[in-house]
Amino acid sequence: MKEELLLQLEIDQLNARYAAVLDERRFDEWPEFFLPEGRYQVQARENFDRGLPLALIAMESQGMMKDRVYGITQTIFHGPYYTRHVLSPAQLLAQDGGRIRAQAHYAVFRTRPGDASEVYNVGRYVDEIERTPQGLRFASRLCVYDSEMVLNSLIYPI
Amino acid sequence: MNAPDTLSRWTRPGSSRVPFWAYTAPQLYREELQKIFYGPHWCYVGLEIEVPNPGDFRLTWVGERQVIMVRDRFGDKGIRVVENRCAHRGVRFCQQPHGNARSWTCPYHQWTYKLDGELAGLPFKNGVKDGEQVNGGMPADFDVKQHGLTQLRVAVLHGLVFATFSDSVEPLEDYLGPQILPWLERIFRGRQLTLLGYNRQRIPGNWKLMMENIKDPYHPGLLHTWFVTFGLWRADQKSRMVLDDAGRHAVMISRRNDGGENKAVTQGVTSFKANMTLADPRILDVVPEPWWKVPDPSKPGAEIMPSVTMVTLFPSLIIQQQVNSLSTRHIVPRGEGEFDFVWTHFGFADDSEEMQRRRLRQANLFGPAGFVSADDGEVIAFSQDGFRQWGEEGETLCELGGTGTGGTEHMVTETLIRSMYAYWRKVMGV
Repeated sequence: MKEELLLQLEIDQLNARYAAVLDERRFDEWPEFFLPEGRYQVQARENFDRGLPLALIAMESQGMMKDRVYGITQTIFHGPYYTRHVLSPAQLLAQDGGRIRAQAHYAVFRTRPGDASEVYNVGRYVDEIERTPQGLRFASRLCVYDSEMVLNSLIYPI
Repeated sequence: MNAPDTLSRWTRPGSSRVPFWAYTAPQLYREELQKIFYGPHWCYVGLEIEVPNPGDFRLTWVGERQVIMVRDRFGDKGIRVVENRCAHRGVRFCQQPHGNARSWTCPYHQWTYKLDGELAGLPFKNGVKDGEQVNGGMPADFDVKQHGLTQLRVAVLHGLVFATFSDSVEPLEDYLGPQILPWLERIFRGRQLTLLGYNRQRIPGNWKLMMENIKDPYHPGLLHTWFVTFGLWRADQKSRMVLDDAGRHAVMISRRNDGGENKAVTQGVTSFKANMTLADPRILDVVPEPWWKVPDPSKPGAEIMPSVTMVTLFPSLIIQQQVNSLSTRHIVPRGEGEFDFVWTHFGFADDSEEMQRRRLRQANLFGPAGFVSADDGEVIAFSQDGFRQWGEEGETLCELGGTGTGGTEHMVTETLIRSMYAYWRKVMGV
C-alpha cells in the first residue's frame, strides 16, 4: 500500500512537471518526458470509443515530437495563446514488469492576448510509463479528448 | 413598413473584388441558406461506408438543418436522408450521433416513422374510448401520408452520398459536370473505402472562406512551410486548375517536386526553411500509388500522374488527396461568421498495413492540428476579423492572373475564386 502511494505521488509529480513545461512554454523539454520510441497521441473520444485509428496528432518517436516542437515554434502560423493545464490525481491502473499503466483527467484552458480565458480541451491521459535511470518516462501518452469541436486549431501539445 | 434593404449591391463588373458584406451580412447569409444550401444544389452528407448495414444511421447536416443519413431495411436497402425534425411539434427527435435503428420515434408524443421518413403511426389517432363515447383523436381527414419527415432526394456516387431539398436540381452527375467527374472517379470508382476516423473543428469565419482557401493555389507555397520546403505544393510545380461549366466546382491538380531552393519561388519567402530537415522523416514517407496515374482527361492519348488533387464541390464539400492522405472535409455553416469543418479520413479496403499506417502518419499534416492545415483555420479567422473591423464597404482583391474566369495550366492564379463568385453572384442575384 505504501509503495503504491509513493508511486502515485511520483506519477502526480511527473504530471505536474509535464503540465508546467507546457504552460511555461518550455517546449524543447517536452519530448524529454518520453522514451526515444515513445508515442504521443491526441485523439477525439469519438474515434477512441469506436476503435477508429485516426488521431488529431500522432507522434511515434521523440524525433517526431522534436519536429512538432519545430513546427509549433517556427512553421505553423497561428495566433499565440497561453495554455493552463489543470490535472486530476493519477489513477494507477496496473503494473506489469517495468510498465506502469495510469490515467489522469485534464482540463486545458486557452487564453489569447487581450481575451478572456476559455475551456479549450478536456479529456484524460491514458499513459504507459516506464522507469528509467533518469526517472519515469512515457512509453505512451494518449490524450483522449471529450471536446467534440476543436476551437479552430490545436497547436501546442496537450 | 418594410425593413430597409441593408444589402449593398455588387458595384463593380466581374468577380475579382469580393465585397466584405458577402462575408458579414446576416440577412444575406439567411438568403444563402435558402438559395444555396436548401436550393437547387447537391450537398454532401457522408460516405456510404459510414452506414454499411440496414438500419445504420448517422446524423449529418445540410446547411444548418440536421439530417439523418440511414440505410433502409426495405426495398433496395438504399441510403435515405430525412430531416431530423418531427412533423408534429418540430422536435429534433434523434439525439444519438450514430447507431442502428428499426424506426424513428419522437420522444415527446411517440410519433413513429419508418426509416425512410414515412409516418407509421401516432398515439390516440382515433381518440380514446370512454364508455360509449370517443374522446379526442385526430380529425377524420388526417392523412398520415401528408405528415412524414422531410425526405431529401439522395444520390450516391462512388460511395459519396449527396442529398438535396430541391425537386428541381439536375441529376448529380450533371450537377458535377464532365470536367470534374474524372477526378472523382480517379479516387473513388470501384474502390471499397475504409473509414479511418474524424476530426472536427469550429472555425470563426464565413463558410465561403473555406471554399476559397481550397480554390486558392497562391497561398499553399507561401503560408505553409511544409509545402514550400518539401515541395508538396509550390508555384514551380506542374499544375492545372480545372472548372465545371458553371464555375462553381473545381479541382486543383499538381505534382510534387523535390522542394529545396528555387529562387523564383523561395527567395524572400519567410516560410521557406532551406535547412529544415526532419528528425523523424516517416511523416513524409510518400509512396506513389498506381491509381494516381490516369489517362489525361484534357489530353487524349496522354497520361497524367498528379500527387495532389484538391476537389471543391459547391457548396460544402472538399475532397483531399495530398500524397497518401485522403479525406473529405464537410463545411457546416453556423451563421455568417462561423462554420464547423468535419474531416473524414479514409483509406482503401485493400491497403496493406503499412499503407494504412502511412496514411495515418501523413494525417499529421492535415486537420485542426496539422502541420499544414492548422494555418488555414487561423488565417480564415483573421480574414473574418479584418472584414468585420472595416465594415461592409471594403473588398478583397483576387486579381492574380487577371480578372477573368476559366481553367489554367499553372497555379499562379486566383481564377477559381473569381469563377466561384461569378456563379455565386448569379445565384444570389447581387
